[in-house]
Amino acid sequence: MSAPTEITEPVVTVAVDAALAAIAAATDSAALKAVRSAHVGEASPLAALNALMRSVPGDQKAAAGKLVGQARARVNQALSAREAQIVEAEAAAQLAAEAVDVTAAASTWRAGARHPLTLLQERVSDVFVGMGWEVAEGPELESEWFNFDALNFDEDHPARAMQDTFFIDPPEAHLVLRTHTSPVQLRALLAAEPPVYRIAPGRVYRTDELDATHTPVFHQIEGIAVDKGLTMAHLRGTLDHFVKALFGDEAKVRLRPNYFPFTEPSAELDLWHPTFKDGARWIEWGGCGMVNANVLRSAGIDPDVYSGFAFGVGVERALMFRNDVKDMHDMVEGDVRFSQQYGMTV
Amino acid sequence: MRVPLSWLGEFVDLTPGITPEDVHAALVSVGLEEEEIHRFELTGPIVVGQVLEFTGEVQTNGKTINWCQVRVAADGELAADGGPAIHGIVCGAHNFVVGDKVVVTLPGAVLPGPFPIAPRKTYGHVSDGMIASARELGLGDEHAGILVLGDLGLDPEIGTDAIRLLGLDDSAVEINVTPDRGYAFSIRGVAREYSHATGATFRDPALAVSATASTEVFPVSIEDAAPIRDRVGASVFVTRVVRGVDPTRPSPAWLIARLKLAGIRSISLIVDITNYVMIELGQPIHGYDLDKLTGGIVVRRAQAGEKLVTLDDATRTLNPEDLLITDGSGPIGLAGVMGGATTEIGDGTTSVLIEAANFDPVSIARTARRHKLPSEASRRFERGVDPEVAAVAAARVVQLLVELAGGVADGLGSLHDATPERTPIDLPTGFVSGLIGLEYTRDEVRTSLAEIGASMTETATGLAVNAPSWRPDLTDKWTLAEEVARIVGYDRIPSVLPVAPPGRGLTRTQTLKRSVASVLAATGHTEVLAYPFVAEKANNRFGSPTSTTVPQIKVANPLDGEAPFMRTSMLPGLLEIAHRNLSRGTTDLAIFELGSVFRPVEGVRYGSAVVPPAAVRPSDELVATLNAGIPPQPFTAGIVLLGNTVRHQPGQPPKPASWQDALTAVAQIGLAVGLPIHVRQGTHQAMHPGRTAELFVTTATGDTSVGFAGELLPAVAKDADLPAVVAVVEIDLSVVFAQVTGDLQATVIGTKPAATQDLSLVVDAQVPAGAVLEAVREGSGSLLERIDLVDDYRGTGIQPGQKSLTFALRFRAPDRTLTAAEASDAKLAGVQLAAARHGAHLRE
Repeated sequence: MSAPTEITEPVVTVAVDAALAAIAAATDSAALKAVRSAHVGEASPLAALNALMRSVPGDQKAAAGKLVGQARARVNQALSAREAQIVEAEAAAQLAAEAVDVTAAASTWRAGARHPLTLLQERVSDVFVGMGWEVAEGPELESEWFNFDALNFDEDHPARAMQDTFFIDPPEAHLVLRTHTSPVQLRALLAAEPPVYRIAPGRVYRTDELDATHTPVFHQIEGIAVDKGLTMAHLRGTLDHFVKALFGDEAKVRLRPNYFPFTEPSAELDLWHPTFKDGARWIEWGGCGMVNANVLRSAGIDPDVYSGFAFGVGVERALMFRNDVKDMHDMVEGDVRFSQQYGMTV
Repeated sequence: MRVPLSWLGEFVDLTPGITPEDVHAALVSVGLEEEEIHRFELTGPIVVGQVLEFTGEVQTNGKTINWCQVRVAADGELAADGGPAIHGIVCGAHNFVVGDKVVVTLPGAVLPGPFPIAPRKTYGHVSDGMIASARELGLGDEHAGILVLGDLGLDPEIGTDAIRLLGLDDSAVEINVTPDRGYAFSIRGVAREYSHATGATFRDPALAVSATASTEVFPVSIEDAAPIRDRVGASVFVTRVVRGVDPTRPSPAWLIARLKLAGIRSISLIVDITNYVMIELGQPIHGYDLDKLTGGIVVRRAQAGEKLVTLDDATRTLNPEDLLITDGSGPIGLAGVMGGATTEIGDGTTSVLIEAANFDPVSIARTARRHKLPSEASRRFERGVDPEVAAVAAARVVQLLVELAGGVADGLGSLHDATPERTPIDLPTGFVSGLIGLEYTRDEVRTSLAEIGASMTETATGLAVNAPSWRPDLTDKWTLAEEVARIVGYDRIPSVLPVAPPGRGLTRTQTLKRSVASVLAATGHTEVLAYPFVAEKANNRFGSPTSTTVPQIKVANPLDGEAPFMRTSMLPGLLEIAHRNLSRGTTDLAIFELGSVFRPVEGVRYGSAVVPPAAVRPSDELVATLNAGIPPQPFTAGIVLLGNTVRHQPGQPPKPASWQDALTAVAQIGLAVGLPIHVRQGTHQAMHPGRTAELFVTTATGDTSVGFAGELLPAVAKDADLPAVVAVVEIDLSVVFAQVTGDLQATVIGTKPAATQDLSLVVDAQVPAGAVLEAVREGSGSLLERIDLVDDYRGTGIQPGQKSLTFALRFRAPDRTLTAAEASDAKLAGVQLAAARHGAHLRE
């Protein structure tokens, strides 16, 4: 196309038509860029026409200017419109090209998990913390006085022999692996004046060989409350609330007479729930009772002024009937597949 | 304790047709724990038959069998199995003659095993049933021959149901007797409890026999020169004599059956009678062959070095604490535990000296434990036997020896009773209601106490209660409250939720423990719980960075002799668990455990020789001494990683676990507790010498080491049957937690524009990057907001033995826009310090 030499309507029309045709023919950003350069760039016919405006006589300037201005506007408008179309199409094409198979995403992390036994202890602690109780702790390797004597286990009483205790060498050092979380009762009572309301989850030891229902290392949750005027009705009320919080509103507690050196009266704690595996039934879960007067005396508390109740339950057992774990081996062997069933919650 | 129902029914009314399960349920409601149910596990037809004739037939194997014709029903009637009145039966035994009455198990019967009986072809005949031995019936161990009923003194009608005849239709409930209920180790005690549970009438068997006084004194003296805990070894000692006992008489079938159900083997009539009375009344009885005794009896403590051959033919070396029964010949029995061999009742015994005594529970418990001789007798004495039942029980033995063994009661005997008087228990009015939280009426309290056998008198403030003689456990008002609550029923206790004073929530340490566990689990680690029992070698390897002998705690009675020590490190247990997972096919693993390790300090003697008394608050000093005697048990985190942290996937190469992942976990723990855990190059005997970090925290007194992280020494990993690269972490969280004090004080977050600059420094290759970074940070001063190591370059352009470290720095001033010159000046100050400390220079 040769450069125009004068501004006439046919000349302008030719330039505009050529530009519009080229714009319509452009199908991608690169082609459109070339079209822009050829038809509105410095060397384009429209630019040349614009340059001719300088030589247009004054009286024709308005008409020529209008002619050229409109032509450039039409072309620029077409360019913009086409550009928008192309950008949109190209963006869509890119998104289409970027599509992935979301089911084949590479995982750059591992799934971890808490152990359900520790989660369950935390859950129970939370229930009691919600009632204003505090969480107490004590050492696993414990002095015999805390584990036995202070809890009213006489040195010669059959109950002491029945505890299947791990003793620390040499035995005359009077150290044991605690056989229950009950020594924490004493530690809590020695540490604070009543009223004392404490929950104490923890690891305990007995010389039972590992089988489907026993393990020498297991966990208990101990509760103790000492205050003025506490009764066995308060014990029952606390247990009722506790089992409903942990097992659901349908859970029920039954107390049966039993014997423990550190409580008097003492009771076996049975638990009932409609959805337990193998049907609704009563399951023995732990022991409880009113804190024995001698235990209070061991802590320097006058049993004629204060009374208290205490209870202890097995965490492994709770997991067995709450979550249908059939074999104790699963809880102690550390197979990650066991904990990973629970993830971060129990 | 096993309780045959027929026996129980003698002393308390049982509803006809009651099942063992019903009895269990009733006993459980008053506090006896349910165990098993025992039955003879056989079904009929099992009948009395009479041997009409038999022929011995020699077999090719040399054995002679008898082909017997046995009448099992009257002439003209059908047998119980619907078969003929006379059955042809093959019998291998020879202890019978024509005319003997025997027990015939007819086709259709099932014997314990289960062993179903059917006609079967054997030795050329069709044997239409079986002639049973006592063992086959589950009655005893005798299997030398068949049970000949005449030997039991029985001559029943042919065709009689032998199951009923022999008491094999009885069953027993087994209950667990708690240590405070010694009296429930008797039918008498259980019957009383059953009556408490059901209201059924109780007939005390102790009132059914009258203990007549002896007319001639058998010399007995109690000479306890060393009472244990101030209690004389024998408080009651009753003897009675029966002469002219027929030692050939068999024990009656009902007695054998009841003993069997009660878990006691029939031995001989005399011994069976003593056992029978023990089960019935709870009073252990010892029978002596009077003719083997030398003079009278002296009860005393053993002398050092004395020996005794007990009934089980074991020679026992006695301890000065052992209480003995002695006669002129020396020791003849370990009191309340086991008799001696020299005066044992035997086949020829015709004169029997009966001993019914009450021995001190502690003395008996210690002796039984010392000689590892838990017996039916010691179990009862340990829990306390009714001191008032001894004379009754002796009389009951006399009665049975006369009735069943043809004996004659002799006037010879003795009665020593030094039972201490028990003081009445003061039970203030309203105490029971106040303790239980249920309003008991005056009547309920009195009736309940009367029901358990207590007597009482009114006092100004309540009741003075005399506990029954068989309840040594009733010692104070609390024990009486339990009785009232139990008899009225625990199910009546209401449910009242107490309101605790406002609590303070979890402590900081408790929150931190949870936080660490949550962060580790959330970042891909799985929590496990290992047993803390390990071998000495494992403690020595992991318990100290350098020392190969680590002080450790040993369990005196471990279950596993290979692992008697308490862990000083979390790692041995975790490595074992890692191996278990690996062997089950989980090859990519990240596990952790939070828990106690047991770290005694070298040279410290733990424990305390003295245990403070019970029921008294020890002084604060004494509590402190006890606590000081408990070895440190720091709360520790252990982590083990192996395999890949990121597995091979499309477009994702696998990323094997390494020391870097261990250090990432350390940083995550630091994040969890809000305290940076610092890292420097470290060493540990179990760890890779070049890939181990020492972990430390900064405290007021300087840096404190808290553990280590990195990769195991490949040889150690191999020892644990694990792949060569195992990354591990161990951190003493107790020390870390102790540094988390106070509340974090926030710094102002600057909003003025930041200036970022890069910095490349060349240093000797062995200078740790962390140290250079620290120098730059320190030197750059407060304008430096953040610094990151972005590259470690060695090679072309850098001299061998050196490296170029590139850092990205971000500077910011709190109050103005920094100029590039200010940022550069700060950076150069950092460079200067790095140069001074580590010889670093700017890379050209």
